[in-house]
Amino acid sequence: MADFEIPVLTTSVEKMVQWARRSSIWPVTFGLACCAIEMMAMSAGRYDVARFGAEVFRGSPRQSDLMIVAGRLSRKMAPVLRRIYDQMPEPKYVISMGACASVGGVFDNYAIVQGVDQVVPVDVFVPGCPPRPESLIYGIVQLQRKIDQMKMSA
Amino acid sequence: MPELRTETMTVNMGPQHPSTHGVLRLVLELSGESVVAANTTIGYLHTGIEKTAEQKKWQQIIPLVERMDYLGAQSSSLAFCLAVERLLGVEATMPQRVQDIRVLIAELQRIASHLVWLGTHALEIGAVSVMMYCFRERELLLNINEMLAGFRMFPSYFRIGGLREDIPVGFHDAVNAFLARFPGKLEEYQGLLTKNQIWLKRTKGVGVLSKEDTISYGLVGPLARAVGVGYDVRRAFPYCGYDTYEFDVPVRTAGDVFDRYMVRIEEMRQSVRICKQALGRITPRGVFDIQDYRIVPPPKDKVYTEMEGLIQHFLIYSQGFTVPAGESYVPVEGPRGEHGFNIVSDGTNRPYRVKLRAPSFYACQSVPQMIVGGMIADVIAVIGSTDVVMGDVDR
Repeated sequence: MADFEIPVLTTSVEKMVQWARRSSIWPVTFGLACCAIEMMAMSAGRYDVARFGAEVFRGSPRQSDLMIVAGRLSRKMAPVLRRIYDQMPEPKYVISMGACASVGGVFDNYAIVQGVDQVVPVDVFVPGCPPRPESLIYGIVQLQRKIDQMKMSA
Repeated sequence: MPELRTETMTVNMGPQHPSTHGVLRLVLELSGESVVAANTTIGYLHTGIEKTAEQKKWQQIIPLVERMDYLGAQSSSLAFCLAVERLLGVEATMPQRVQDIRVLIAELQRIASHLVWLGTHALEIGAVSVMMYCFRERELLLNINEMLAGFRMFPSYFRIGGLREDIPVGFHDAVNAFLARFPGKLEEYQGLLTKNQIWLKRTKGVGVLSKEDTISYGLVGPLARAVGVGYDVRRAFPYCGYDTYEFDVPVRTAGDVFDRYMVRIEEMRQSVRICKQALGRITPRGVFDIQDYRIVPPPKDKVYTEMEGLIQHFLIYSQGFTVPAGESYVPVEGPRGEHGFNIVSDGTNRPYRVKLRAPSFYACQSVPQMIVGGMIADVIAVIGSTDVVMGDVDR
């Protein structure tokens, strides 16, 4: 075996990009309802999502690449949500957090959109009402796996 | 030289804004940095809970009302239970132990809600570490909720006619540990904020609302107590035996953001006092409902061994119970003020109308009055100090 003097790592550009993207997911500060409180708990000390590189909540959608739809989406809010999604730069991901965001939850009525996938494309659904912070972290880890498998050429 | 432009600028703040506590939208008319006009727009979280409740059986509504005011969840469910129990006419037979447990849980919920308020309010003004500290203590309260019913935020522990089940083993130790730890932590938060010059400059004399305006807007709770209106439902219309507890109602007079902060901090301290008294009265085992098996499910050993128990169990879980026709309103002192459900029954197993008196709604409509004439940076401080929960406003 050769004795390497210079510390080098060889990789492909694709792997490098995937690694960079998944290791620094910046979510947009966008809380709708109860789930937003658990989202805040996830970023606070006990659960500390900084361990997964996703703690930098940005106030502007133009600086973020993940939208966590945390809570019930009313029909009045749906166009606003779509607009925020459109303002985010590519590549962008969406996590639908909680039963209401995913399928409307217990609120099967005139006011609530029955699933945010009717408005924006969703990458990961996290069940729960509200989901525990561990669940949301698991959702973020699932998203990281997904990013790892995304081809640049696609 | 071009002509100097002097027209005002209209700025849209929200519904997606990091500091609007959810999806509140403000349309601000700015002249330079000062606010000359403001308009609140609500409805971005309208969930139709009140309408949905009309299709549910009485006991099934409790999870719904807990998701209205999601920070003071168990105060909501307490208000709903009390209103239904008044219609049912079972108020007088409610065991003392149930009332004490309800008081304890409601006060713990008030502390949890105020911790989220303090954390987010301080975060928005720039004291990020306070948020981390507040959420650290809040996790202990969520652990207690989890002990009670296996759920962090919405345990649905209060039921019409009592409680879901008896308190778990180790409950006293967990609450005691929290109550022993918390007052010291409260000092810690105050050490970070109360004499902090930045905090004082951002909060003193900001967002003042006069006593007359406070009353005419119908504001209650900490907002009113910060301007000298000493109205507290626990004192004015005692429920759950609050008249037997010793506690003070903190009142301050300036009516600015700082005084609202001081009132809420003192409220947490008083809540600890009430919790200690309540915990001393609660026995580890005992009755936890009214034991009227037309309303609450019978214990499992009766269901499995007696015909009547089985029938009662089946009736409750299939049809629910009927509530006599009539109307009732029982207010409770929630974390944000007077919180009550006006319920109308037509004598069936589903309500005819459920209407919430939401304190945040009134706070929301007073926001323009508080911010007009101030600077745009103060808008954040004022919204934080009103502690609006949009789930409560829009339902």
